[in-house]
Amino acid sequence: MNDQIIEALQAQFGEEGVYGIGESHGILQVTTAVENIVPMIHFLYAHPVFKFQFLTDLAGIHFPDAKGQELGVIYHLHSLENNVRLWIKAYAPIEAPNFPTITGLFATANWMEREAFDFYGIIFEGHPNLTRILNMDEMDYHPMRKEYPLEDATRHDKIDELFGR
Amino acid sequence: MSEIALVNNPNVGLDKTQKGGPYVNELSTLNLGPTHPATHGIFQNILTMDGETIVDAEQTVGYIHRAFEKIAERRPFYQITTLTDRMNYCSAPINNMGWHMTVEKLLGIEVPKRAQYMRVIMMELARLTDHIVCNSILAVDTGALTGFLYVYQWREFIYEIYEEMCGARLTTNMGRFGGMERDFTPVAIEKIQKLLKELPAALKEFEGMVMRNRIFMDRTQNVGGISAERALNYGFTGPNLRAAGVDYDVRAMNPYSSYEDFEFDVPVGTKGDTYDRFLVREEEMWQSLRIIQQAMDNLPEGSYHADAPHYYLPKKQDVYHNMEALIYHFKIVMGEIDAPVGEVYHSVEGGNGELGFHLVSDGGRTPYRLKFRRPGFIYYQAFPEMIKGTTLSDAIVTMSSMNVIAGELDT
Repeated sequence: MNDQIIEALQAQFGEEGVYGIGESHGILQVTTAVENIVPMIHFLYAHPVFKFQFLTDLAGIHFPDAKGQELGVIYHLHSLENNVRLWIKAYAPIEAPNFPTITGLFATANWMEREAFDFYGIIFEGHPNLTRILNMDEMDYHPMRKEYPLEDATRHDKIDELFGR
Repeated sequence: MSEIALVNNPNVGLDKTQKGGPYVNELSTLNLGPTHPATHGIFQNILTMDGETIVDAEQTVGYIHRAFEKIAERRPFYQITTLTDRMNYCSAPINNMGWHMTVEKLLGIEVPKRAQYMRVIMMELARLTDHIVCNSILAVDTGALTGFLYVYQWREFIYEIYEEMCGARLTTNMGRFGGMERDFTPVAIEKIQKLLKELPAALKEFEGMVMRNRIFMDRTQNVGGISAERALNYGFTGPNLRAAGVDYDVRAMNPYSSYEDFEFDVPVGTKGDTYDRFLVREEEMWQSLRIIQQAMDNLPEGSYHADAPHYYLPKKQDVYHNMEALIYHFKIVMGEIDAPVGEVYHSVEGGNGELGFHLVSDGGRTPYRLKFRRPGFIYYQAFPEMIKGTTLSDAIVTMSSMNVIAGELDT
């Protein structure tokens, strides 16, 4: 099944449109450009065989060292009919972390995208209500980004070296 | 009443059908929560009401957000188990073992059959407690307190089994990477056998009081329904999705921990309303008992944990008397052991649905990124759609039957 999905995606979006192909314990993962996200998810949703019609999860991720593509989104799709899962990943620069929303297709993406916005500052264009969801509205940063340390940096009793970190 | 009082009452003589009057068609706002006994947790609903009818609703969540995903990025793997306890605290062992299985997948640890069966037993016990809480509280919310008291003592009894297995009751931190922390004690086996023998009678009694009760049926049937298409679009999983008629169960579809060895049915509803959710959970309790019975009957001999000294904490006795055990103990507790690079997703059927762990490891001592897929967070989005046009009392039972757990909602 995974090979067929890659073939179909490459036929639709071109060899250069689908890259970073890998597999983890049976789950296929592909990476694509941000502008391909919505067409690709629609294509997989409407495909007569694959029918990826369930959005299991949507996760933001931050790689500070990957210049130009620091912020990523992992879309976790599940085809309940075939019992096949698929991760679609896309990355955008941290200066302009703009992704298209997929709330038009999946109602469940609403809060997932709000969560990714809240914690990573990823802007989902076209989202009906892109506001913070778990953190307080007054917060002025996106706490899951790697530059924010978990512990208070002014504390001297928690020195990383002493704990082997 | 005097004539003056009547004249001063603005509602007297007001034509209710007339549009645009000062008291006609006026919407009111009602705060349901954040701390309201009927919400069973800390989350707020801002309801727009027309009289007693709900016109619109908006949820505010995050009141007990504890930044688990951020904390997890700094903790060694085994310390994250205690975070998972605090998500759906009504069925903490399922969370613990889901997390353990995720890490075992990353590390490539093969768990012995006995440990897998023990996990199944503990997970099904957890499902029983979860559903007992949800269904009996639903009965309480419709005014039937007695049934709740009948079954709640069995939840207490299951907690005693937890105590036997891990020493804790609510936030269990049960098991280890590679298996269980300890084998079944004779007391634990005795208690499980007693539960298998006596819980069915209590459950029947509870069902006899509630299931065909006219008041309960009137309060729950055709209340808070959702269609299968909308439920799938909203990412529903677990009993709430099955009540709408979709037979998606992670245990059956992607069996983990030897679930393929057991025979059980996946109950489904038809309408997806509150009554169907209640019935699906009731039937799942019977199926859980069936699974526990089969696992107890066929409990394999062997070790209760994998031979993985780098990740499995050695026995305290060995730590005092054995050099290797002391070294491994120190290394594990201090989080000195790096995990391999990789990205894994593992999901288990939690009390409320597909509980997923998306783990990205960069080869360090902590996860690079850990995303919890909490079923409650995902399906709670649909709540306004489900209660629009119903009354406030219907909203309460709908929320109760969805089993929204604040800890799971907010991580």
